[in-house]
Amino acid sequence: MCLAVPGQIIETREEAGIPMATISFDGIRKDICLAYLPDLGVGDYAIVHVGFAISKIDEASALETLEMFRELGVLDDELALDEASDP
Amino acid sequence: MPEADLSGWTCPLPLRDYDRIVIGHGGGGQLSSELVEHLFVPAFNGTDDVELHDAATFDVAAGRLAFSTDSYVVQPLFFPGGCIGDLAVNGTVNDVAMTGARPTTLSAGFILEEGLELGVLGRVVEAMAAAARAADVRIVTGDTKVVNAGQADGMYVNTAGIGVVPEGIDIRPSCARPGDAIILSGPIGAHGIAVMSSREGLEFGTDLESDSAPLHGLVAAMLDAFADVHVLRDATRGGVTASLCEISNTAHLGVEYEETSVPVPAAVAAACSFLGLDAMGIANEGRLVAMVPPEGVDQVMDAMHGHPQGRDACVIGRVVEEHPGLVVARTALGASRVVDLPLGEQLPRIC
Amino acid sequence: MKYLDEFNDPELAGALFDDIARMTTKPWSIMEVCGGQTHSIIRNGIDQLLPDAIELIHGPGCPVCVTPLGMIDKALEIASRPGVIFCSFGDMLRVPGSAQDLFQVRSEGGDVRVVYSPLDAVQLAVENPDREVVFFAIGFETTAPANAMAVHVAEQRGLTNFSALVSHVLVPPAIEAIVSSPHNRVDGFLAAGHVCSVMGTWQYGPLVEAFGVPVVVTGFEPLDVLEGIRRVVRQLEAGTAQLENAYERVVTDEGNIAAQDMLAEVFEVCDRRWRGVGEIPRSGWRLAERYCGFDAEVRFGVSDIDTPESASCRSGDVLQGLIKPHECPAFGTECTPRHPLGATMVSSEGACAAYYHYRRLDLPVEAARTSDVSR
Repeated sequence: MCLAVPGQIIETREEAGIPMATISFDGIRKDICLAYLPDLGVGDYAIVHVGFAISKIDEASALETLEMFRELGVLDDELALDEASDP
Repeated sequence: MPEADLSGWTCPLPLRDYDRIVIGHGGGGQLSSELVEHLFVPAFNGTDDVELHDAATFDVAAGRLAFSTDSYVVQPLFFPGGCIGDLAVNGTVNDVAMTGARPTTLSAGFILEEGLELGVLGRVVEAMAAAARAADVRIVTGDTKVVNAGQADGMYVNTAGIGVVPEGIDIRPSCARPGDAIILSGPIGAHGIAVMSSREGLEFGTDLESDSAPLHGLVAAMLDAFADVHVLRDATRGGVTASLCEISNTAHLGVEYEETSVPVPAAVAAACSFLGLDAMGIANEGRLVAMVPPEGVDQVMDAMHGHPQGRDACVIGRVVEEHPGLVVARTALGASRVVDLPLGEQLPRIC
Repeated sequence: MKYLDEFNDPELAGALFDDIARMTTKPWSIMEVCGGQTHSIIRNGIDQLLPDAIELIHGPGCPVCVTPLGMIDKALEIASRPGVIFCSFGDMLRVPGSAQDLFQVRSEGGDVRVVYSPLDAVQLAVENPDREVVFFAIGFETTAPANAMAVHVAEQRGLTNFSALVSHVLVPPAIEAIVSSPHNRVDGFLAAGHVCSVMGTWQYGPLVEAFGVPVVVTGFEPLDVLEGIRRVVRQLEAGTAQLENAYERVVTDEGNIAAQDMLAEVFEVCDRRWRGVGEIPRSGWRLAERYCGFDAEVRFGVSDIDTPESASCRSGDVLQGLIKPHECPAFGTECTPRHPLGATMVSSEGACAAYYHYRRLDLPVEAARTSDVSR
């Protein structure tokens, strides 16, 4: 149910009244339906499931999350050092 | 189905009476003869004189013969980077080459659908001829049958091939030994994804092309450098996973590999991501898996890196005594999981 | 791939594993209700690398495997009818019904086709006006908007040769059924990130309130799954029960309104039987009255097909974590991945199927856990 992956919109258009887009997954180009995210435009990233864009990716949020993981890594290293140096 | 590029293909006389295959082309009469004499023979034989009769006869070097056959039913017939024709030649050349033999001679059988455009057949035959020349093999005999419209999906091709196994070479799955390094000749998945991209109902745009290529030159270079290669397998249907599972099963030994060692082109990874496929299970047509004892790995790798078909060769794992018959993958996170042969063809999934 | 590969970083995963191990002081059982998350867990070996005290219970999150036997049989019957083009997602082709699967129907002459998008099935109907095109509309809320659009477009275009066999299932009622069961062992839930990207997160607040279990909306890449688990453990250790969103780059509280509007138009809630679990009230969607002309069950007269589930199958108990797969008498004998009896063996990521693989490697992980839990 959940196989949905991020891609970047490289073209938008309308087909028979339905908003459509060409999305690129690292160079793989697929036609998908944009009806549920009609405000998205070229350059935006979206999560795509069975040929439909279902959610926009908040790029700032993605970077924040990764930064949080990196900080956790640093914190863990510090804690490990503390534990190791405790007699 | 993507259209074959027929521009520039000229129809040989006197086939020009028909622009499509008719039932008569398989009937053994004049139409069949014309197809053979004016299409197949010139393509496969060039300008050499040839006497056509029921079987081809030729001399082979004394020794052990390797013999393989495969049928090709790929859809669509033409896909990025190739067509059923070069697959049919390279596929059988490679099967023979996996014994260490030097492939020399092929047969080609065609089952054509009534209504197939002659230009399509012409392009396929041209591609086969070109692949045969590139692989330095000869197609010396063949057959053509025509079936009613609606059968054969345009065309099916069968090729069979022989080669002589050099003295002292013994390469087969049960030669695998614990400690053997598992070498993969290059990045995986391009062929299967390229074909899928043109398949009706699934079409997607890609710059990926089939990796269809003859591998016997690479094999020869490997054996020149180190004769005691234990196992060779071309990773076609079922991909590298099928190769590893089948060898592991036949040899009754375990296989372990690191997922991070397997080279996957970004475009293949992306296609697998959005379709829910496993790159390790995608068909290749120009990649081999080798199992080589530790003392030979360096020489074999050097030889592979020096050959156009092996530039990106890498070690991905090893043969082990433990868990005989099972293939175990070590994930990027450091966990281990058993990799099974899937029941059938991988299908795109939603879940 | 951007926004995918970064969330697979093994080093960052290591930091998350360490943090989880550091904060875990008691045994906890956490359930994910999403086949995609189960796949990610098993594929990457996440459950092997977590501390022994954390047990992951794989919930009924795969719409393919929870599709009831009767519905599969309806699909097989329709696909066998002459003139029908039966379209389905790839997942369904190997799911066995009472006697066969869609592959076998195809081998007997049925025109069964795999589609990537439901709109492809609509296109087939347009291109084949003399054939009846039927689309097998399964899935959770993630897939429902796509399926709804297909039916909507078919109606807009006035197609008379298109219909849908609908078998949608909903996540919140499943979680409620599990957590309200007197035998419930689940301490905290990972909510399905892509389901929530459509529906929002608001449906889970009341569940958290009513049952006092932490629910963390979670993504699918290893870092996302680990972060979801980490937040659940953090809450459990602190004794809190809240709704959290650990997949903020994709999921908003309100979800995709345009999709929800279409869902409300095309579908209506109904009771649904889940394979291996039984009937969960108001846990499914069927076509709303306006669209009932597109109902394949009615068009092909298969509504009466009603197949009882296997009596020996204990999927439901496995799905709730009440028994381990090897404790089911049918495991490995009557029930194998090749001949599955229920949901958990049908899918390669179902708990029973996954267990079937591990057992052959004699990994003691699962067996050891049964004695760990002190509840």
